Amino acid sequence: MRSRARAIRAGVFATIAILPFLSVFVYMILIAFQQPLDITSGSLWPNRGLTFDNFAAVFETDDFMSFIFNSLLIGVGSTLLSLAFGVPAAFALAHWGLRRTSFVFLLARMLPGIALVVPWFVIYTQIDLIDTYLGMILSHVFITMPFITWMMIPFFEELPKDIHEASLVDGATQGRYFFTIAAPLVRTGMAAAAILAFIFSWNQFLFAVVLSGRNTQTVPVAVFNFLSYGSNNWGQIAAAAVVITVPVVAISLLVQRWIVSGLTAGAVKG
Amino acid sequence: MTVTTEAAAGQRISGDHPSPAPAKRRRALPKEWGTRAAFLGPALGLLLILVAYPLVNNIAMAFQDVPASLEGGEFVGLQNFVDIANDQRFWDATLRTIIYSVGSVAVELVLGVLYALLLNQHFRGRGFLRALFLIPMIATPVAIAMVWRLMFQPDLGLFATIGSFFGLPSIPWVSDPVLALPSLMLVDVWQWTPFIALIVLAGLSGLPTETQEAAMVDGANAWQRFWRITLPALRPVIAVAAVTRLIEAMRTFDPIYVITGGGPGQATETLNIYAYNLAFQFLDPSYAAAVVLVFVLVMLIFSFVIVRLSRRS
Repeated sequence: MRSRARAIRAGVFATIAILPFLSVFVYMILIAFQQPLDITSGSLWPNRGLTFDNFAAVFETDDFMSFIFNSLLIGVGSTLLSLAFGVPAAFALAHWGLRRTSFVFLLARMLPGIALVVPWFVIYTQIDLIDTYLGMILSHVFITMPFITWMMIPFFEELPKDIHEASLVDGATQGRYFFTIAAPLVRTGMAAAAILAFIFSWNQFLFAVVLSGRNTQTVPVAVFNFLSYGSNNWGQIAAAAVVITVPVVAISLLVQRWIVSGLTAGAVKG
Repeated sequence: MTVTTEAAAGQRISGDHPSPAPAKRRRALPKEWGTRAAFLGPALGLLLILVAYPLVNNIAMAFQDVPASLEGGEFVGLQNFVDIANDQRFWDATLRTIIYSVGSVAVELVLGVLYALLLNQHFRGRGFLRALFLIPMIATPVAIAMVWRLMFQPDLGLFATIGSFFGLPSIPWVSDPVLALPSLMLVDVWQWTPFIALIVLAGLSGLPTETQEAAMVDGANAWQRFWRITLPALRPVIAVAAVTRLIEAMRTFDPIYVITGGGPGQATETLNIYAYNLAFQFLDPSYAAAVVLVFVLVMLIFSFVIVRLSRRS
């Protein structure tokens, strides 16, 4: 009985404690549905009623749909490329225990973006890759591939060794084992890694600010540009923030089991 | 050229951890070398093109004076690095980077451990709360930063609204040079405390319960059990979380760029923002390259520290 009362108390306390972390999102949604006059008056309560105008304006002005298309294309493109290159690499690193080589991928994850975006800008300018999908996808692969590789290593390490030996005894090559047995067995992990990689690409800002242009601008840059158009139209900014945040939060809930290991991949595992 | 760089990097890592059987390494090529190359080649090749080559390019540029048009450029030796040593703005940015990252991470560690203990209690809906707790670090940073920028607005932002409800004067959160950096640190704490909490939470679930129970039988109170048993057992986990977070905090870009852009004046210009400004605002690519190089060297040292720490645990 006493422990039950304690559990309820802990639950209430934890819920209250977590509210400050959620309030920013509540505020974002509240502002996104408010009329301009309510926002400028600084009132939290929508005295003049709620409105969808902010969302309508976001989608009407600036080609917002084409920015969403760009973000989707670059995110899917870099994720698929990273799966194709990173998953076999993870298999090799796990299977042959190549620790030293795996640190190369870890180091790539630790590099600050600015260290690459400056030389990339120089190189991209010289070979005309600025504002191209190929250039954008390649820059995001730097984020997604080391991540996918590092996250997939433990999945391959956990595969039972005897299946592998049995298949080799039966005359399968490493390649055949990888494609027909190992890769299908870790497909859940691959799906989780792919979803998280896509989210990282979707969230990426610095590379797009520097390397994208009119044709390949991604959503985070487009939303940021709302600020520079002179008027601080906070309702529209909040609406745009909702539009790009909600899908990410929704799909991240799908893989929440793996989020911690995904975000800490490279940190906790040595 | 770039291949040797990669090999050198590999050797530097291995230098820290002498292999127990050096004789074995003398063998020319491992068995199944071709298979290994087939699996690893594409990924390593891509990293070579995307990371190694640009970094070499960046190093070459740091020893030149290149015009903003990126055409031409002359070798100037160490001139850029001499300039860095005499660049007060660089040192100010370095100091800010340290204050920002160490300060934020210190607060995140304390709060993170507290939240982990709280979310480790048994209660209904615990899984749901933990899932909600993930949102700050998974949500698009730019979108979040825009909302914080609005919250910091004097007169109409959330803080001003709450403040005026209690009759408090409006606080110039990000427009005051003294308050701007702490305000950005508040955003970092909000965004990344869950990260520390979730790592510590994972660490807590791996702890054996026997020692706890034994201590309880011996009459240790909750505070003693935490301080004497739980915290020491968590130390390696907390250390790794702290270093990871420090590295990431040092290279924070999005919230600073979006909320203050490094201002007011240069009050929130960290090294990362300064390097960005040099390259893309002041259009001084070779000096930016030199600053970036110094920044990367510092980050590399940090990265080796984290590798060693995670090895030990």
